[in-house]
Amino acid sequence: MIVGEQKPLQEIKELIGDAEKVLVAGCGTCVAVCFAGGEREAEILTSALRLAFRGDGKAKEVEEVTVQRQCEWEYIDPLAEQVAASDVVVSLACGIGVQTLVERFPEAWIVPGLNTTFLGMPQEQGIWVERCQACGNCILGVTAGICPIARCSKQLLNGPCGGSQDGRCEVNPDMECAWQLIYDRLSKMGRLDLMVTFQPAKDWSASRDGGPRKIVRQDLLMLPEEGY
Amino acid sequence: MSDNNAYKSGSRLEKLLRAGHFVATGELGPPQSADGEVIREKARLLKGKCDAVNITDNQTAIVRMSSIGSGAICIQEGVEPIVQMTCRDRNRLAMQSDLLAAYALGMRNLLCLTGDHQSFGNHPTAKNVHDLDSLQLIDMMVRMRDQKTFLCGDPIKTVEPRFFIGAAANPFADPFDFRPYRLAKKVAAGADFIQTQLIYNVEKFAEYMRRVREMGLHERAYILAGVGPLKTPGMARYMRDKVPGMEVPDALVERMDAAGRDIPKERKEARNAAWREEGIKIAVELIEQLRQIEGVAGVHIMSIEWEEGVGIIAERAGLLPRPLS
Repeated sequence: MIVGEQKPLQEIKELIGDAEKVLVAGCGTCVAVCFAGGEREAEILTSALRLAFRGDGKAKEVEEVTVQRQCEWEYIDPLAEQVAASDVVVSLACGIGVQTLVERFPEAWIVPGLNTTFLGMPQEQGIWVERCQACGNCILGVTAGICPIARCSKQLLNGPCGGSQDGRCEVNPDMECAWQLIYDRLSKMGRLDLMVTFQPAKDWSASRDGGPRKIVRQDLLMLPEEGY
Repeated sequence: MSDNNAYKSGSRLEKLLRAGHFVATGELGPPQSADGEVIREKARLLKGKCDAVNITDNQTAIVRMSSIGSGAICIQEGVEPIVQMTCRDRNRLAMQSDLLAAYALGMRNLLCLTGDHQSFGNHPTAKNVHDLDSLQLIDMMVRMRDQKTFLCGDPIKTVEPRFFIGAAANPFADPFDFRPYRLAKKVAAGADFIQTQLIYNVEKFAEYMRRVREMGLHERAYILAGVGPLKTPGMARYMRDKVPGMEVPDALVERMDAAGRDIPKERKEARNAAWREEGIKIAVELIEQLRQIEGVAGVHIMSIEWEEGVGIIAERAGLLPRPLS
């Protein structure tokens, strides 16, 4: 899932600026699961903004709405009227949701209320961890299912570096050394041969380095002649 | 064209190691300024004290004069550089173009490193690169030298950069059992020589070397053991407790403590001198012990921000005159 964190209230207020009619738009999928931008968080932020603006002596209208997914046309189309009636929309979706709104409602001013943090998972109550960098060329099959691109501070493909100690990364003792995890698991699975196999320079063109990515599935395209 | 077809690079370091000499290398940290005179002064301190000198590459992720630029100044001073190159700051394009320039400027030894994480340095908000890791950098340099191609496969049509290729090894980092295999991986990728992390725990290093010999790695690459003087008891403690991949036995920390114990705090200089003296003594003893370990082809003396230390240690360890020829 996509994990996000709400921006500080002060920053959101600054992004709202002089706008008088504010719409806080929550998203009911990933960011709701990580308690950052779902219905409940949209309600709380709305109340907080109303209180803050009242305290500042500013007459602003703050409304809220939450859709199931801000990253798909069909879920955001019903927002058209509310968006049109607002001076600014504070999207509590991830960066994808913000941009989907922008593309659908080009006349509206949309600002982010979240920082999109990473692709990850809830490890335990209150803790989310990064697991994937979407590098476009998955190597989990040779690293025992533990991703060094997302989980090694230096993204080493032939690790570990000299900064691995007691299973921890030199960058921060709170971080696990991904290569220690890989080593332990390969060892347990009897696949240490993979640990000594040289991994050549990675093709980063499938990652963000190749420019913005796009997938076109010919088998799924709606061709004109099939449209009726 | 190579300088000498019998050698991979023709560097002094390569020739000495090939001839079976016990070599000594030093280390020079470039300044955090554009003052080339600093390099010249340090080079003069190291000249005649070792066979070649490592030039660090933005070590601990602090911006300094580049290792290749500093290396060019060292050559002018008659000191053979071992240029360090980290994977933190450059992608494969920048690395290859820098390798071409370093060779054209007369550099012949290159040490391939991953690089300290930028969070330790003075630009913690920087984006790191790590397009390649240190093993992939070794592999790329071997292709350039031996296959005369760039990493992409395009031919280098005229002069290829011919370096004596070095790699680092940390015998004490975790997982300890894997460390000899990681060394094997670097040797298989094409490392000609290895410089190790600072060694204070000779017993544990000897165990590492026993496994290195079992794998025959000492016959495929020259292994230089890392040695450096402790300067204060505080430094010894810090290295023991805080630096990942570093092992400093309690006995050595105790010796550093004892060296200054009878000197009152107010006599700061005298106490510092006593600590440094003990640090030098320990380093010399370490060199004597490390020399006895089969497969150790030399020592790499790292005297960080105390370049004079290299000469003192080399002299007392009976390693002078240098360079050998």
